[in-house]
Amino acid sequence: MAEQTYQDAPLHEHRSLWMDVWLAFRNHKGALVGVGVFAFIVLAVLLGPFLHGIDPQYLDIQARNAPVSWSHPLGTDNLGRDMLAQMLAGGRISLAVGFTAMLLSLVLGTGVGVLAGYFKRLDGLLMRSTDLFLALPLLPLLLVIIMLFRDTLRAALGPETGIFLLIVFVIGITSWMQTARIVRGEVLAIKEREFVTAARSIGTRERRIVARHVLPNVMSPIMVSATLGIANAIITESALSFLGLGFPPDFPTWGRLLFDGANFISITPARVIWPGLAISLTVLSVNYIGDGLRDALDPRLRGT
Amino acid sequence: MPTEPAMANAPVHSDSATPVLLEVENLAKHFPIMRGVFRRQVGSVRAVDGVDFQIHERETLGLVGESGCGKSTAGRVILRLYDPTAGRIAFRGEDIGGVRGESLRRLRQSMQMVFQDPQDSLNPRMTVGSIVGEPLVEHGVAKGTALDERVDELLNAVGLSARFANRYPHEFSGGQRQRIGIARALALEPEFIVCDEPIAALDVSIQAQVVNLLQDLQERLGLTYLFISHDLAMVRHIADRVAVMYLGKIVELAPSDELYREPLHPYTRALMSAAPVHDPELEAARERIILTGDVPSPADPPPGCRFSTRCPMATPECSAREPEWRELRPGHRVACHYAGDA
Ligand SMILES: Nc1ncnc2c1ncn2[C@@H]1O[C@H](COP(=O)(O)OP(=O)(O)OP(=O)(O)O)[C@@H](O)[C@H]1O
Ligand code: SF4
Ligand SMILES: [Mg+2]
Repeated sequence: MAEQTYQDAPLHEHRSLWMDVWLAFRNHKGALVGVGVFAFIVLAVLLGPFLHGIDPQYLDIQARNAPVSWSHPLGTDNLGRDMLAQMLAGGRISLAVGFTAMLLSLVLGTGVGVLAGYFKRLDGLLMRSTDLFLALPLLPLLLVIIMLFRDTLRAALGPETGIFLLIVFVIGITSWMQTARIVRGEVLAIKEREFVTAARSIGTRERRIVARHVLPNVMSPIMVSATLGIANAIITESALSFLGLGFPPDFPTWGRLLFDGANFISITPARVIWPGLAISLTVLSVNYIGDGLRDALDPRLRGT
Repeated sequence: MPTEPAMANAPVHSDSATPVLLEVENLAKHFPIMRGVFRRQVGSVRAVDGVDFQIHERETLGLVGESGCGKSTAGRVILRLYDPTAGRIAFRGEDIGGVRGESLRRLRQSMQMVFQDPQDSLNPRMTVGSIVGEPLVEHGVAKGTALDERVDELLNAVGLSARFANRYPHEFSGGQRQRIGIARALALEPEFIVCDEPIAALDVSIQAQVVNLLQDLQERLGLTYLFISHDLAMVRHIADRVAVMYLGKIVELAPSDELYREPLHPYTRALMSAAPVHDPELEAARERIILTGDVPSPADPPPGCRFSTRCPMATPECSAREPEWRELRPGHRVACHYAGDA
């Protein structure tokens, strides 16, 4: 009898959820490659400066626009600064900005999306605010925010931390809207599913319904937003730096290196290629990790 | 392997001597229709529009009708998953139409629901154990090992192995999923369960098993059911009394044998004539009444008798005046001007 096939299945030992997730993640080739590449980038950025001891700001006037060599593995720029050292130092900041800003934007977007989608009385207000943010002329707004707060924050927290927080905040609050919209749409659909009605009929409290039944089922779009969010944050940071609103010029980031290098693309194309490659590899590897996580978190795809 | 109970005998007829468990009076649920930029209300879908009935303790009331006539909505309003637009719902004599918050949560312990779609009614990301245990956790009834034991007990009660607690819903067949849904509904030891087409989505071969399980549980646990279905044969098998619904109203309500032997409302007759009967003699004698026209929209029901646009017996009187809800025989009510005349 089809009904009873499982009764005869071999006994399954107790498995923990995270063990299941890990086992499934391990089987996802793309995700494993992603983890490898990403770990390499992070380790390089963290440990690299200890192995390659050149100060990224040191001007070696003798060796301007130098090609690849033993002393300058990635060459130098037009002022004779070592490219590899700049890439390593820049990577730290770019990765930190990318992740923190992505997290902020994700939390904001998911929060607004879930609240708007689940609680009908909040929907109008929240979605109008989302539209408002989408319609705002962002560039002038950023200019004003940064002008207003840069000096106070620098004075209070030191030049590095101050500008870091400001940039993360600015990127975070200007990039959550797409996530909010997508999440809201998904929540609206999930809310109509019978298992949510079933939870209500049991007497599950609203916030538990959101946490237990709604959020886990909107994981996929959130994961996608997260991976795109990192890329977006890294690129926005470079745009800000380019406009002179980001980190100060003596502070390399991948975005800034890319923009600076663009002016010299005909003389030293490597200056564009390396930061571009670093950004792309980061984004791609995070993307694959996200894919793997999304699949591993879904019991239907886990193939238990 | 759990043995399925043998196909249960004919339903035990509850004499109306058992006390009334649930009573609804003039119950209505209208869904607003919003249109335009400003989301103004331009009308309403009268999904349930004034129904009256009682359910006695340990009884099964069948609720039948075509798709969209408001059966699910009626069940959900009674369980307070929707707020009633009008009317009274009394559970054990207490008006529950307006309770909210914590008292509503407490009430949910005594009233539960089994859903139509066993696939959609289980959260795909939760294990069977946490699905069945959720009501116990939410109401603080059990935790730790006591919780695990109770979950195992519930799974056994619906004929599933306790080993399944760590599995996910997609690993089960439709019938097994419906059993999981039933176990969840039983967790809080409710008195009253709304079964909303619990077998409609299942294979015919599995349907009887699930129905037998429901009957078996009813006997063992003293449950009261509102059994929603469009399968007339199945309702006849399980229900003590049957209510027939058309476009938001109940048009006939009678003990099931009597209703099937002698339907009085033209709509009930048409429904019966469309459903094959298992008895060959009756099947041969079955006259077919073909209804013409579509079911009118519940947003704009016809005046007078709602069935008048399709009724083979309609007269001008029918669309002028709404028929009364009359008790023609003891326990047999019908809403038609001409019922019982012929
Ligand atoms: N949440 C809702 N909002 C608006 N209209 C609704 C809602 N739920 C149901 N309706 C409408 O109310 C009417 C009755 O729906 P209901 O689901 O109760 O029918 P049903 O008898 O259960 O049908 P089925 O046999 O298909 O399940 C339908 O016209 C439906 O479109
Ligand atoms: S009242 Fe008239 S229209 Fe309505 S069911 Fe009876 S005969 Fe038909
Ligand atoms: Mg229904």
